[in-house]
Amino acid sequence: MRKVLRTIPVLLGALVMLFPFAWTVVTSLTPDGALLSSPPDFTPDGAGLDAYRRLLETMPFWRIVFNSLWLGVASTALQLITSSMAAYAFARLPFPGRGALFAVYLATLMVPMQVLVVPLFLEMRAFNLVDTYFAVLAPTVASAFGVFLLRQAIAQVPREFDEAAVLDGAGHLRVFAFVVLPLIRPALATFAIFGFLASWNSYLWPLVIIRSPEFMTIPLGLATLHGQFTTEWNVVMAGSVVSVVPILVLYLFAQKHVIASVAQSGLK
Amino acid sequence: MTATRTAPKAPPRPAARAVGPRRSRLRYAGTVALFLLPSAIPLTLFTLVPMAGSLWTSLHEWNLITPMRWAGLDNYAELLGDERTLAAFGHTLYFLAGYLPLVYAGGFGLALLLNRARRGRNVLRAVYFLPVVTSWVVVALMWKWLLNPAGGVVNWLIGLVGLEGPGWWTDPNWAMPSVILASAWKDLGFVMVILLAGLQAIPREYHEAARVDGATALQSFRHITLPLLSPSTFFVIVISLINGFQVFDQVHVMTGGGPAGATTVVVEQIYDLTFRYGRAGAASALSWLLFVIILIVTLVQIRAQRRWVNYA
Repeated sequence: MRKVLRTIPVLLGALVMLFPFAWTVVTSLTPDGALLSSPPDFTPDGAGLDAYRRLLETMPFWRIVFNSLWLGVASTALQLITSSMAAYAFARLPFPGRGALFAVYLATLMVPMQVLVVPLFLEMRAFNLVDTYFAVLAPTVASAFGVFLLRQAIAQVPREFDEAAVLDGAGHLRVFAFVVLPLIRPALATFAIFGFLASWNSYLWPLVIIRSPEFMTIPLGLATLHGQFTTEWNVVMAGSVVSVVPILVLYLFAQKHVIASVAQSGLK
Repeated sequence: MTATRTAPKAPPRPAARAVGPRRSRLRYAGTVALFLLPSAIPLTLFTLVPMAGSLWTSLHEWNLITPMRWAGLDNYAELLGDERTLAAFGHTLYFLAGYLPLVYAGGFGLALLLNRARRGRNVLRAVYFLPVVTSWVVVALMWKWLLNPAGGVVNWLIGLVGLEGPGWWTDPNWAMPSVILASAWKDLGFVMVILLAGLQAIPREYHEAARVDGATALQSFRHITLPLLSPSTFFVIVISLINGFQVFDQVHVMTGGGPAGATTVVVEQIYDLTFRYGRAGAASALSWLLFVIILIVTLVQIRAQRRWVNYA
């Protein structure tokens, strides 16, 4: 009996979590006329892919999905490289002023995007970069959070490992690439997940800097679509379905690792 | 982070020794630069320079088109006395007051229930986490549609029990609750995963020992679970507060700050000031005001944690 009492709320909650996704799919297949039917129709007559056709006619949606994917991958890859290199310097290469410089890195971590949006927009405008891929990507290529996270990981690698390599005559670049990086793979994976999600979900900065549909990312494309089709929810939901599918597939593959990474971050 | 985790001040190591002929010292400096510049250059260009620019802009009156006009601290003075600024902070606090308890109580409750579940825990956890990886814009659109006053599923459900559903995001009184509902739905899984990890890190023996000593379940919860979970709780609250103060995406998509300005939170106000009213100076000043407030709130929490957070 107690077990049932425990199970019911959990399952009910799971239903609440899943239903909006299911309803999004149903709506995307519903023809215009049946959208506002009451009671809601879960198996609408004339269901079909018409909304998807209109979606692709109005917006280069495949390109938008592709934009989000490649920008996410590029941003994550660049962040991994720049952050791990800086992390190595902060953990392993003593130089005068290192502590102060690290403090500056950490300070940038606390600045919210909102503070940066306006001047960043002006900066891009000054260089004629408004409405370009470069402008979307540039502010995401370095991450102070990543430097911090990876420095902690490198600091935990026993020094003997890389010293042995150095004594063997390997330079720092080689020690970094072939000794240290393989040892901090879990931290790199964690950071990659955070980096990709941040880029994939980012809305404010693309909203400010992008105008043309062909450079839009998914969140921006969807919001723009919603602005054009305020009442045609089937088209908006078709866009949502198309944009959720890639991340869902990725999530199903990496689910365990994604959750483990987030869970880890809360344990001190 | 504990002090033991930070790297000790490095004693001179063979790898790092920079003595010797000038050439090798130069080479070492080159190596350091090689490792640092890939991050230092973008951070300078896209974070430090804009930070300085934002501070500078906040001291001017500027519509982004005609030349800047020096305004000193006028923007700040104006903001502090402006009703709309106060309203924006009020709306943000309203959001936090609804969102935080909901997401925390829900996430904690679920974590407790799932912690006891033996079968299906991982599947359920994955399901609850699904909205976390979904983008804010998608979540906002889904909920806007679910909460559609006419023909929305939620109002149909409310109708089933004989009540009449409210106008949700079309009604100034219900717009903020709509945003809060969507936000809590999205972040519930995040809070749950963090707290569940915290719960699972508590050794079972503690509870067993307490039971042997005659402690009730409630006592065990109060004196073992809560204190040992406090680091996770602290983390969740700090992160949720920072994110909550910066709430924007879901508001901008669901209501655009309306109706009648009922959901114009601080970041929405920053956006409007810049791109609708052409007041870049005032917007920059407001963003700094928000930053300082978040910083103070976070620092206060970090200071206060000593009193209630238990690092075993």
